[in-house]
Amino acid sequence: MTAISVRGLRKSYDGVEAVRGISFDVALGEVFGLLGPNGAGKTTTVEILEGYRKRDGGEVEVLGFDPGRVETAFRERIGIVLQSAESWPNLTVREMHRVFAGYYARPRDIDEVVELVGLHEKRAARVKTLSGGQKRRLDLGIALVGDPELVFLDEPTTGFDPAARRNAWELVRSLRGLGKTVLLTTHYLDEAQQLADRVAVLRAGEIVSMGRPAELIGAGEVEIRYRRDGETVVVRTPEPTRALHDLTAAALAEGRELEGLEVRRPSLEDVYLELMDEDAP
Amino acid sequence: MRLLAHQFRTEQLVFWRSREAAVFIFIFPIMLFLLLGSVYDGRTDEGWELSDTLLVGLIGYGAANTAFAGLAITLVIRREGGHLKRLRGTPLPAPIYGLAVLGSILAVFFLQTLVLIAMGKVLFGAHVPERPFSLLVAVVVGALSFAGMGVAAAALIRSAEGASAVVNVIVLPMAFLSGSFGPTRDLPQALDTLGDVLPLKHLLDVIGGIYLENESVVADPASLSVVVAWGLAGMVVAIRRFGWEPRER
Repeated sequence: MTAISVRGLRKSYDGVEAVRGISFDVALGEVFGLLGPNGAGKTTTVEILEGYRKRDGGEVEVLGFDPGRVETAFRERIGIVLQSAESWPNLTVREMHRVFAGYYARPRDIDEVVELVGLHEKRAARVKTLSGGQKRRLDLGIALVGDPELVFLDEPTTGFDPAARRNAWELVRSLRGLGKTVLLTTHYLDEAQQLADRVAVLRAGEIVSMGRPAELIGAGEVEIRYRRDGETVVVRTPEPTRALHDLTAAALAEGRELEGLEVRRPSLEDVYLELMDEDAP
Repeated sequence: MRLLAHQFRTEQLVFWRSREAAVFIFIFPIMLFLLLGSVYDGRTDEGWELSDTLLVGLIGYGAANTAFAGLAITLVIRREGGHLKRLRGTPLPAPIYGLAVLGSILAVFFLQTLVLIAMGKVLFGAHVPERPFSLLVAVVVGALSFAGMGVAAAALIRSAEGASAVVNVIVLPMAFLSGSFGPTRDLPQALDTLGDVLPLKHLLDVIGGIYLENESVVADPASLSVVVAWGLAGMVVAIRRFGWEPRER
């Protein structure tokens, strides 16, 4: 079952193409990551899927709806966490949840949601007294209170300190546990690697690579490094066994030691930087 | 209907929970009435009790302050903070939201008007309006017109920081020129003319006609149409220019 289906999606602002014909599918229950630097078209793509923006071309289906036509029935089934949305500073955490629960036909139990996002002890606290991380949890709680099948998370941890990021990751993992489909955008590689079942890497409005994080890394070549006469030699090869065998055999024959010999698989970061580098426009 | 009631209650909760809003929007005209009412005494050139004309002036100022200034500031802050955008992502329909916000503003203004009339009676010996229905219609029409202009102002104002300054630079001088805070007979000609163009003076004429002269709300159709025309013009700008998303992107 597909939750999201995108075919040849295009969007321009004032003649500049922000999204240039991208296609991908997200299965029900999947956590899908859109990864890319700022300006790659992540937010534009997500906002088209959320129904905030109209597309210029292509086919889009979200939970069987066309998000280009705003329908209440569609809004009942999605939850959106924006990059930034202020809450009412003088309402309490519980009141904020109650207010948003009132917009949905079949909301979840308010106290359950407050508990789920870890704000149980803060339920009676005014929003203005919350820390940055707690406000983010509140945003997530508000997005979950309508019991959505699909949750959009736009850069959920931008600006977080490492501890708050790990907490936020735990929350996203708990969404998977609830069986929600999640579409998240991020420009952090480790975040995509930690959270997403599959990742699409966006660059300048195009998908340059897509797959499971492990596959993306596996698709790259292996790197062999050693020093010769004080200079570092780097060999990249899709066949590391053969390359290493040839290299060590030659060194043994010459009676040399391969100083600083190192064999490593590139990290997602290496792959990503390479993707960003290739004939960049 | 359930959604409308839910959002109306939410708006009321948010309004009264915010001390800034409650003081600036609800208390301010009442406070001014208290101050000015203690200063002015006697009769106007036309022979009206000054306390009566002051009450008319401050009801009108209340309409501008609550429905125009208050609404504009609220909407700009909510838009720039991303609050309106988030609401758009929920099943709450935009017209219901608009009605609830408007209804909440009207309720605040209605309560304020009652307090002003009661204060006028108790403290300054102003009389109780003899045509309450006409007065009600007049203040509702006035508040709706100012609300239309308020949404227009919100559409034109770009930043949350500037919102309060911009609307007060409009509302306070307008109230002064229109005679909300006392007689304007000594104003220079140019300022007097400026006052004639703005909607508040005409709203005061309508309210004054009802309250001071026991006329009906339609006794002065010219003034009433100026008020309504400003409101409609505001709505046209609002419909064409108002957006839900923060401007700075």
